[in-house]
Amino acid sequence: MAAGKGEITVDVTQAWVMTPVQPMDWLIVAPIVLCLGAGGILLMFRKDVRQHVRITLGGLALVVVANGALLHRVVTDGPLVMTMGRWLPPFGITFNADILGVSFALVASIVALLGALYAISDVDDIERRYGFYPFLMMMMAGVMGSFLTGDIFNLYVWFEVLLISSFGLIVLGSTHRQLDGALRYAFLNLIATTIFLITTGYLYGVFGTLNMADIARKAAEHREAGPLLTIAALYFFAFGMKAAAFPVNAWLPASYHTPKVVVSAIFAGLLTKVGVYALLRVGFTLFPPERDVFAPAFAIAGALTMVLGALGALAQNDIRRMLAFLVVSGIGLMLAGIAMSGPLGIGGAVFYALHSMVAMTAVFLLAGLMQRRNGAAHLSDAGGLYASSPLLAALALVLIFAVAGLPPFSGLWPKVMLVKAGLDIGAWWLVATILLSAFLTTLALARLFLLAFWRPAPAGFAGQASPDSRSALAGVVGLTVPLVVFGVYPEPVVQLSVSAAEWLLNPQPYVNAVFPAAQP
Amino acid sequence: METLLALLIGVYLTAAVYLMISKHTIRLILGVALLSNGVNLLIFTAGRLTADVPPIIAYGSVVPAGPVANPLPQALVLTAIVIGFSFFAFLLVLTYRAYRDLGTDDSDHMKLAEPDGVRPPQGY
Amino acid sequence: MQTLILRTISPVLCAFMILYSVFITLRGHNDPGGGFIGGLIAASAFAIYGISHGVGAVRRAMYFHPMAIAGFGLFFGTLTGLLAYFTAEPFFTGKWAFPDVFGVTVALSTPMFFDIGVYFVVVGAITSIALALEEDHH
Repeated sequence: MAAGKGEITVDVTQAWVMTPVQPMDWLIVAPIVLCLGAGGILLMFRKDVRQHVRITLGGLALVVVANGALLHRVVTDGPLVMTMGRWLPPFGITFNADILGVSFALVASIVALLGALYAISDVDDIERRYGFYPFLMMMMAGVMGSFLTGDIFNLYVWFEVLLISSFGLIVLGSTHRQLDGALRYAFLNLIATTIFLITTGYLYGVFGTLNMADIARKAAEHREAGPLLTIAALYFFAFGMKAAAFPVNAWLPASYHTPKVVVSAIFAGLLTKVGVYALLRVGFTLFPPERDVFAPAFAIAGALTMVLGALGALAQNDIRRMLAFLVVSGIGLMLAGIAMSGPLGIGGAVFYALHSMVAMTAVFLLAGLMQRRNGAAHLSDAGGLYASSPLLAALALVLIFAVAGLPPFSGLWPKVMLVKAGLDIGAWWLVATILLSAFLTTLALARLFLLAFWRPAPAGFAGQASPDSRSALAGVVGLTVPLVVFGVYPEPVVQLSVSAAEWLLNPQPYVNAVFPAAQP
Repeated sequence: METLLALLIGVYLTAAVYLMISKHTIRLILGVALLSNGVNLLIFTAGRLTADVPPIIAYGSVVPAGPVANPLPQALVLTAIVIGFSFFAFLLVLTYRAYRDLGTDDSDHMKLAEPDGVRPPQGY
Repeated sequence: MQTLILRTISPVLCAFMILYSVFITLRGHNDPGGGFIGGLIAASAFAIYGISHGVGAVRRAMYFHPMAIAGFGLFFGTLTGLLAYFTAEPFFTGKWAFPDVFGVTVALSTPMFFDIGVYFVVVGAITSIALALEEDHH
């Protein structure tokens, strides 16, 4: 029983953080708290669906502002750390923001905000009452938490938070196709996170700690005795499955074309990138020597993912399914970057991940706009869109160039970085694969443009068109703007991703931020 | 004791994998339930099997008297149970809905999301 | 289920189970128990009531929609973590207060209120899943 005040006198300096926390340090929990709080409010007022839009857009705008301020803070002052409940690390759960995590979080929140803008006209009142906006906010809480946490078990918990909310989103509408797709998505993702959990159990058995900075600090002394190679391999497998890397990518093209357009767009943008983030974090912060051992495996998996993803896209008739294969193909590039290592390789992977979050969401939403125009969800039915809407065609051309990595849009620069990194280490075959996959991707997207825009509408297909929506268009245009801006002027993002890579390659500041006493 | 538990975890995981290679979704969710229980046991064992005193501080004192069991694996297992439980509940609803709406629990007949033999247009 | 025994006993049983769930939740601060297990007990009470009297009766008895209850718990639980902001301590630092109410010292703390938030989340989420399963039976 808690005794009265003042009865207990203990020396708490060994257990508690004694330095007062600056008000601005709270920025690190702000994105998660805002998402969770807004999710709670939305659930409480679930009947009042008109307010949902306002609360969600307002909440996500605040999250974007918080992430922007956090990024500014991290870039100028170094990693920001907060340990929950005042316990000294490694006893409390630590949140640790470095450039990698915060830049991913910032872009993810921007994508979610513009996705929510598109959703205004895409999600009807019944689906809102089923919880589209609350689930979206809770999923964003999971995404933000995954990017900002510094504790590996907490990372697992955030993975599950985002996974269970994504289940809620993927079955929205409950058509037969959606149930079928959701089953595949649910089972395979659940198996991936269970492998993650098994591995974390082993990791705890070896290290006795779950704080990532603590593990990074202690990894060297356990390398002789512990089966770290096995643990790293299991992590790479689990996160590779989350990121939809070949050969464990089957769940993604099986499910991403079935849910609502906006749901599949946000999934395509964010969820695989959480897997890529976890691969980067575990591969470079926790187990760098093990990553070196598995570098050839990463290279081969990446090359196969790239090429087979693009080939899969060429064989699809469903437009969104084709785009889902292109998501997989993009993951291959990031794996290639992880395999190459070095500031340029990792920087390229980080830049490509940031680009892919925006571009993939935009192009899935574009597919939604196209379907609104003439009701066609399949290439065989599509056609005549150029005649019907030149504006949409222009937007489509920009996005197709951006996704395919053609100049002058932002997809080009990460590929340039990766090609340069590959040539520097003499991995010419990987470079050739990157270029081949870019060619195949261009081919697949050019087919989309030819069939859906240039060709006249096929006779005998009368799809149901929905009216144009200004908010939906604004969402897609909003996503296109950064692709153009950072295509013309890529310098800030290049610098950001290269410094994210340099921080990853030298985890000492990350460790010192959590354990200041460890400084020499 | 550790050996015994390791064998038990092996049995759990084997049974789970056996159930999960079935094509019936009901066996799949039973497999997932077994798998998550096996994993819980694994985390518990990985935290070392130590003193059998629960880590609860007696009334009036500020530290536990004598050695106690490691509370962290227990907290991890509890979290994993909570998560596993909610996933199982969700999967149960989803499987049941799918069974009712699609009229089958045989995943060979669930081809709505990935229909066979669909080709894109071959020419322009 | 239309058995007379269950229909008669279930309202009494549910009332006791919900009372017990509150006891378990508050007890959980210093002893085995807590918000999660208390919430599960309350949710099973609603599930039993649903089996005997039908889903509609449960929804009427709960008054609020289960998901709204879960949302309240989530919001409330998040709020308890924010209290530490005002004392320059990290998120979720436990704050304590010992007010005297009618001569009895009552220990109030943010972990306890967080546990109450957990209780509501579990009651809401598990009840809505249980009701969704029961609704489809006929």
